[in-house]
Amino acid sequence: MANYYQKDIETMSRDKLHELQSERLVAQVKRVYESVPYYRDLMDKKGVKPSDIKGIEDLHKLPFLTKSDLRDAYPYGLLAKPLSECVRIQSTSGTTGRRVVAFYTQHDIDLWEDCCARAIVAVGGTNEDVCQVCYGYGLFTGGPGLNGGSHKVGCLTLPMSSGNTDRQLQFMEDLGATIICCTPSYAAYLAESAIEKGIIGNLKLKAGIFGAEAWTEEMRHDIEQKLGLKAYDIYGLTELSGPGVSFECEAQAGMHVCEDHFIAEIIDPVTEEVLPMGSKGELVFTALTKEAFPMIRYRTRDICVLNDEPCECGRTHIRMSKPMGRSDDMLIIRGVNVFPSQIETVLLNCGMPANYQIVLDRVNNTDTFDVEVEMPSELFSDTVAAISKKEKEILDALKSMLGISPKLKLVAPKSIVRSEGKAVRVIDKRKLF
Amino acid sequence: MIINQLSVFLENRAGQLSEFVNILAENNIDLQALSISETQDYGLLRIIVDDPKAVEAVAKEKGWLCTVTPVLAVLVPDEPGSLVSILDTLSKSNISIAYSYASLTDREGHACIILRVDDNEVTEKILKDAGIICE
Ligand SMILES: [Zn+2]
Repeated sequence: MANYYQKDIETMSRDKLHELQSERLVAQVKRVYESVPYYRDLMDKKGVKPSDIKGIEDLHKLPFLTKSDLRDAYPYGLLAKPLSECVRIQSTSGTTGRRVVAFYTQHDIDLWEDCCARAIVAVGGTNEDVCQVCYGYGLFTGGPGLNGGSHKVGCLTLPMSSGNTDRQLQFMEDLGATIICCTPSYAAYLAESAIEKGIIGNLKLKAGIFGAEAWTEEMRHDIEQKLGLKAYDIYGLTELSGPGVSFECEAQAGMHVCEDHFIAEIIDPVTEEVLPMGSKGELVFTALTKEAFPMIRYRTRDICVLNDEPCECGRTHIRMSKPMGRSDDMLIIRGVNVFPSQIETVLLNCGMPANYQIVLDRVNNTDTFDVEVEMPSELFSDTVAAISKKEKEILDALKSMLGISPKLKLVAPKSIVRSEGKAVRVIDKRKLF
Repeated sequence: MIINQLSVFLENRAGQLSEFVNILAENNIDLQALSISETQDYGLLRIIVDDPKAVEAVAKEKGWLCTVTPVLAVLVPDEPGSLVSILDTLSKSNISIAYSYASLTDREGHACIILRVDDNEVTEKILKDAGIICE
């Protein structure tokens, strides 16, 4: 029996939803055109006036907004409300040199937390639950978003933030956490640590909301089995608010986009042409209700597929697939596009742990491509032949998945550094310019 | 005689072997035999000690990847040709050796050879029947 946080909206008929989206889009475009010179310039350059936008059928007429626009307009250039009405910023880590600073009015925070509350209720959360939030708090959106959502649902919220695994496990055990929110790699690490400590049997977890990182179905099964919970995906970007832009329901078959707040489109990343429902391409979002930091046709760089088939949970909002790669994560190795998530899939299929690291370098003008994988004790053997056989199996699978052959390096357990936030999967020593 | 051998995964970086051997020294463990197989990116250390299970427990505690495997310890007279006759006998019986190395023995005038084969019992019987193993 499905539960909803905002049933009227989450199960609204498609027709009504389109009506709502159209109405909101028209108002948002008009407001943004009038209040943000940067958007006005973009639209003028494309020859589009707010009056040309009469509903969602006109969405394609609007210009795209890209990460480089965000950089150009940093910090205040996209602000659509006076600072006196803004109450918070959140920011990305800026590891790729493109730090995003997003602004929120109180109303923006309220709607964002609603989206997170929908996600928590969708995985079975109620005010009887104990929700442990071990996403980072602070500038990162993960902690604040789920924390606010958890409050709205009425869960007892454990604002753990990231790190300090011993304390995480102790609270999880002592306070009987039933829902956990963190990155999938940290969930895997917590599972490993709980097994090691022998407390795994004492945990009461029933659901996990894992996002902010690429993960595979295999990793989902692995975490579900070890932690004895159902693992759900959640998606979001700081630019758009944070986690909760889309989230999985109990069907675990794609993430419902909160379409009353965000319109999703899929485009061909090269031609920028809008692709039909079900096509694979770059995800573009238009935020309909954001006040301080509106995003109109924002190119996420995430490659995924949308699905408008009805869902068994009763939600009418379309679903998006897990991002299959991100142009930011995409590695070009010897001219071939490689996504770290492909390597993860292969390793898990071969019974190896998802603890790996990709090391790239350039020697004599040729890319070297090493994949270091921790050897699990079950696969260790006293003969080189047995280990080599496993190595060959993994190598063959990697080659068929990627189209190029990495060098595989087996390393001792726990020798690859685990981070308690996002996992560092790639070390690129190539000096590309 | 079938005995237990301890195998340890060594990463290919300086100091790995001495780190491990230090654990043995700290725990007053005598090495009766040691062999290393190395590949391009890792090494396999195999040792014979009195109580391999206990050493395994200590090493695992410290994060080493290791495993205990039963191997065949063959005692032969310390004279020319004794290894040849073992190898001949095994090859005639179609038994292949994954690896082999020498170990210490306190039996005077004898050498001890460690053999890793698929079936220890069958191999031991074949060698006994051929009169090769000294009890
Ligand atoms: Zn659903």
